[in-house]
Amino acid sequence: MTGDLIGIVFRAIFVENLALNFLLGVCTYVAVSQRVTTAVGLGIAVTAVQTITVPLNNLLYRHLLAPEALRWAGIVGLDLTFLRFITFIGVIAAGVQVLELTLDRFFPRLQHALGVYLPLLTVNCAILGASLFMVQRDYDFSESVAYGFGSGAGWALAIVLFATIRERIDETAVPQGLRGLGLAFVITGILAIGFVGLRGLEF
Amino acid sequence: MTLGRLISGSRSTLLTPLLDGNPITLQVLGLCSALAVTSSLRPALVMGAAVISVLVFANVTVSLLRHVMPQSIRLIIEVTLIASAVIVVDEVLKAFVPDIAAILSVFVGLIITNCIVLARVESFALHNGVWASLLDGLGNGLGYAWILVLIGAVREILGTGSLLGYEVLPLIENGGWFEPNELMLLTPSAFFLLALLVWTIRWLRPTQREHTQQRHGDGRSSGVSP
Repeated sequence: MTGDLIGIVFRAIFVENLALNFLLGVCTYVAVSQRVTTAVGLGIAVTAVQTITVPLNNLLYRHLLAPEALRWAGIVGLDLTFLRFITFIGVIAAGVQVLELTLDRFFPRLQHALGVYLPLLTVNCAILGASLFMVQRDYDFSESVAYGFGSGAGWALAIVLFATIRERIDETAVPQGLRGLGLAFVITGILAIGFVGLRGLEF
Repeated sequence: MTLGRLISGSRSTLLTPLLDGNPITLQVLGLCSALAVTSSLRPALVMGAAVISVLVFANVTVSLLRHVMPQSIRLIIEVTLIASAVIVVDEVLKAFVPDIAAILSVFVGLIITNCIVLARVESFALHNGVWASLLDGLGNGLGYAWILVLIGAVREILGTGSLLGYEVLPLIENGGWFEPNELMLLTPSAFFLLALLVWTIRWLRPTQREHTQQRHGDGRSSGVSP
């Protein structure tokens, strides 16, 4: 059982990396990777939000939205799966708000560094994406905790790696038109090839 | 005169996002789905259409409600409107093109968090009339869709030798000359193609180039700040 959970964490970080394999959250990934310190902060924030929202959404989905989920309330024949988008985005928005208040209270400098990108975590596709993958793969509660943490940590790993490379490359003389966004895509592509190589791994 | 200005204004609202203010290559918005669904042309076309409909719907409704919505809860209202539009699109796709809906899987739901939609709603529809917002939604949707379709087409041709399932380049195994490049079917190729595209556009439009000193220029994340 514990082995399965560790397997889910590793798979989420390396084999099914949200940023490099499913290309989720790439907007934030490209925009907030100018400095390693900010990237680390954002990575931690994403991991925290994922670890909270994915299990929470899992509970809501399994006990309220899934087909026949309301049987405990005496309601049968109801399928509310189509409401999952609105439910998940609501949970995520609330989770991000709580995180913002917490950071403001205890780590004001980190909150300042993340700037507008913290509220933008609400519309970070990686976070909603993880919840939707959780539904698609039919994880139970403990698996969803593992998956939430693993997928967040994988995203954090990707952005920190990328920011480290980017800090160096900004000093070099690259063709004018490729500077910035274009080069960011090339670097990410090369990183992604590396992660594709891990695809055969079985945990 | 006024009518002429109105028409030229509408034209630029519609056409600017296609190249000069493209949501993907200049505003850096909505990349996630742009890259993930483009391994072949058909899903890219469907995704483009889905994003255009959501964008137009969100822009028009927010523009209609812009004088009624209280400032403090506008984000929640906007996200709810977008999510409702996405639910409708998702159900329609599942009903009429179930095979494509299966390929797109979670990415239809992810239109909710596609930054283009929220960015256009926040930066344009909140301050402009219904007609202009409709055109802006359409223009940005098209600017997004043509890049998706282009990348999807290139990846399908180079990755499988066919387009929309019809063989374009004769494969070696069928007696032709083309050996498909399987890298094109994997995600990294989307990054390389997008990089080449950005490079081409910036070569044609030197004003879009980034300089090291101006890396935080306002063109990059304009309008995203809530």
